[in-house]
Amino acid sequence: MEPIQQVSGRAYPWGAKNIDTDIIIPAHWLKTTTREGLGKGAFESVRAEPGNLFDDPRYAGAPILVAGENFGCGSSREHAAWALADMGIQAVIAPSFSDIFSGNAFKNGIVTVVLPQEAIDRLVQVATANNITVDLETMTVTTDFQDRFAFELDPFRRDCLMQGLDEIGMTLAQDTAISKFESAVAHERPWIAAGGGHEGVAVEGIGRT
Amino acid sequence: MSREPRTLYEKIWADHVVERRDDGTCLIYIDRHLVHEVTSPQAFAGLRAADRKVRRPDLTLAVPDHNLPTTPRVDAAGNALPIADPASAGQLSALRGNVAEFGVPYIDALDARQGIVHVVGPEQGFTLPGATLVCGDSHTSAHGALGALAFGIGTSEVEHVLATQTLLLKQSKTMEVRVDGKLGHGVSAKDVVLAIIGKIGAAGGTGYVIEFTGEVIRDLSIEGRLTISNMSIEGGARSGLIAPDQKTFDYLKGRPMAPTGEAWDRAVAYWKTLPTDQGAVYDKVVTLDAADIAPSLTWGTSPEDVVPITGFVPDPESFADPSKRAAAQRSLDYMGLTPGTAMQDIPVEHIFIGSCTNSRIEDLRAAAAVVKGRKVADRIRQALIVPGSGLVKRQAEAEGLDRIFVEAGFQWREPGCSMCLAMNPDKVPAGERCASTSNRNFVGRQGPGSRTHLVSPAMAAAAAVTGHLTDVRELMANNA
Ligand code: SF4
Repeated sequence: MEPIQQVSGRAYPWGAKNIDTDIIIPAHWLKTTTREGLGKGAFESVRAEPGNLFDDPRYAGAPILVAGENFGCGSSREHAAWALADMGIQAVIAPSFSDIFSGNAFKNGIVTVVLPQEAIDRLVQVATANNITVDLETMTVTTDFQDRFAFELDPFRRDCLMQGLDEIGMTLAQDTAISKFESAVAHERPWIAAGGGHEGVAVEGIGRT
Repeated sequence: MSREPRTLYEKIWADHVVERRDDGTCLIYIDRHLVHEVTSPQAFAGLRAADRKVRRPDLTLAVPDHNLPTTPRVDAAGNALPIADPASAGQLSALRGNVAEFGVPYIDALDARQGIVHVVGPEQGFTLPGATLVCGDSHTSAHGALGALAFGIGTSEVEHVLATQTLLLKQSKTMEVRVDGKLGHGVSAKDVVLAIIGKIGAAGGTGYVIEFTGEVIRDLSIEGRLTISNMSIEGGARSGLIAPDQKTFDYLKGRPMAPTGEAWDRAVAYWKTLPTDQGAVYDKVVTLDAADIAPSLTWGTSPEDVVPITGFVPDPESFADPSKRAAAQRSLDYMGLTPGTAMQDIPVEHIFIGSCTNSRIEDLRAAAAVVKGRKVADRIRQALIVPGSGLVKRQAEAEGLDRIFVEAGFQWREPGCSMCLAMNPDKVPAGERCASTSNRNFVGRQGPGSRTHLVSPAMAAAAAVTGHLTDVRELMANNA
């Protein structure tokens, strides 16, 4: 993943609450087997309305989205994060996020910034005409008007984002600990593996009984 | 050794910590991983690109569900029929290819055990109390009904679990949702969980793991408990646990993937240690009284928009919070509803009985009891029954439920997710209204422009025979 220190530029001044993953990317876009190309389907139902924010030339290619509380609620589809990334969004600022969405966003190099509602209201106002900057080093959101909103970020996630680390590679480096845990479980809860009496499961193509 | 009293969640968590970091993040071992065709192709591609293997295929089980058409899958001669949508067919064949390449156990679309992952897991005994269970699907919370710490994950996490059998997580806060008393006539598990979400709100459980407790939960069957835990995520909580008890053990015993012999005895002994200790403290406690829960349904486009069937479409002006007011107005515009309309006066065109929330045998029995001897109303354009698995379908057929439905004018379909999310051809057309036993009434969820009212199976059946949203208790009285 590309390291990110700072995201700066125009922002979609949306502020809408409870934006669920079906709005971010409708289900019929989920039939893909790749991570790319989903930007075309992002916010499809919103874009169907004339004069919508996402087709407004003022915000074309904006790297930031300012939204309302509970952003990304609904399904676990990572396609929501892929769609945002594909349309060029690198940071979403909102009063709260669904847990699954913020995890997915992080894994795709999108920063989710939690700020109080007053800050969101202000940023929505600023973003209609001016740039916003999200800085991971100082953990602040700033504007050209001396607004400065400090935010918190999980230190581990911040490191990963700033250094562009591969999480799976990092976990695999702990292979010994995992193997040790597995041996302990084989002893204490043997049914966890024994339950894998999966014989007869992988039968393909038999008729319905 | 005496220890601090702990909750069910804290016990399961503690038994799965591989490593704890200074900042509190833990590497958590995953005992069970369910895989389906929609959220896995990019994960397998990631493994392939990095030349990685599936660490524990024996703890993994794959089954297709989201994309499958629910029309017949084989022709008269028993040959598999092709899938018309090339994108769906592509995802399904990608899953078949991936499980073969990586050696993952797999239940094929033509296997009688195929079904919605969250129906198949418990049914096969793959889901076990005290286990950590994940799937690239938010309704994985369902498995919490058996006392498994189960939650939905994204595709990158699917890849992480495939490669390492672990996840990096932070411990959640705990919330007890206690439902006391006895449910009234005609009130089901679905009504209980809708009432809970109506009370805590769609984001009320964010950051928490819920544990459902109280007499109502204890009295429910495992099927009913699965309905409750399934919708935890609609209240914002990734997991919703229910303490395993004798009912849980009886449900699991003898299932194909459940432990047997000595392993079974040891497992039960361990499972009995899991329920929350007396004196353990939850971070938050919410209580409901069964006496206050009527057959319930949604009026808007969030699962928290719940009213009793005897209620009315709310007036947006009645919400104190201005943002709620605006959201309610948008919902009503989308839903084509006028404030003050009695919920029972709202006509519907579509009925969907299915989804991982309500497609188990008990759900079909409840719907059939209402439908029996009645006909689907003329104005209904489509009434679908989609069993949660091939085994549910077979059981229902053995009990003659399929004939009750078909004679009434329902369509009896093959198992899958179907109209719950409209990824296959089963859709609600724009502007039309559906009484649905699924779990999400989001804008466009059942097809672009579709309007969804979430209801219980009995309530969906009642709407089917009257052609409008209906208090099922009235029909039940007539049947008696
Ligand atoms: S039935 Fe619906 S909610 Fe359940 S897994 Fe399928 S799509 Fe998701």
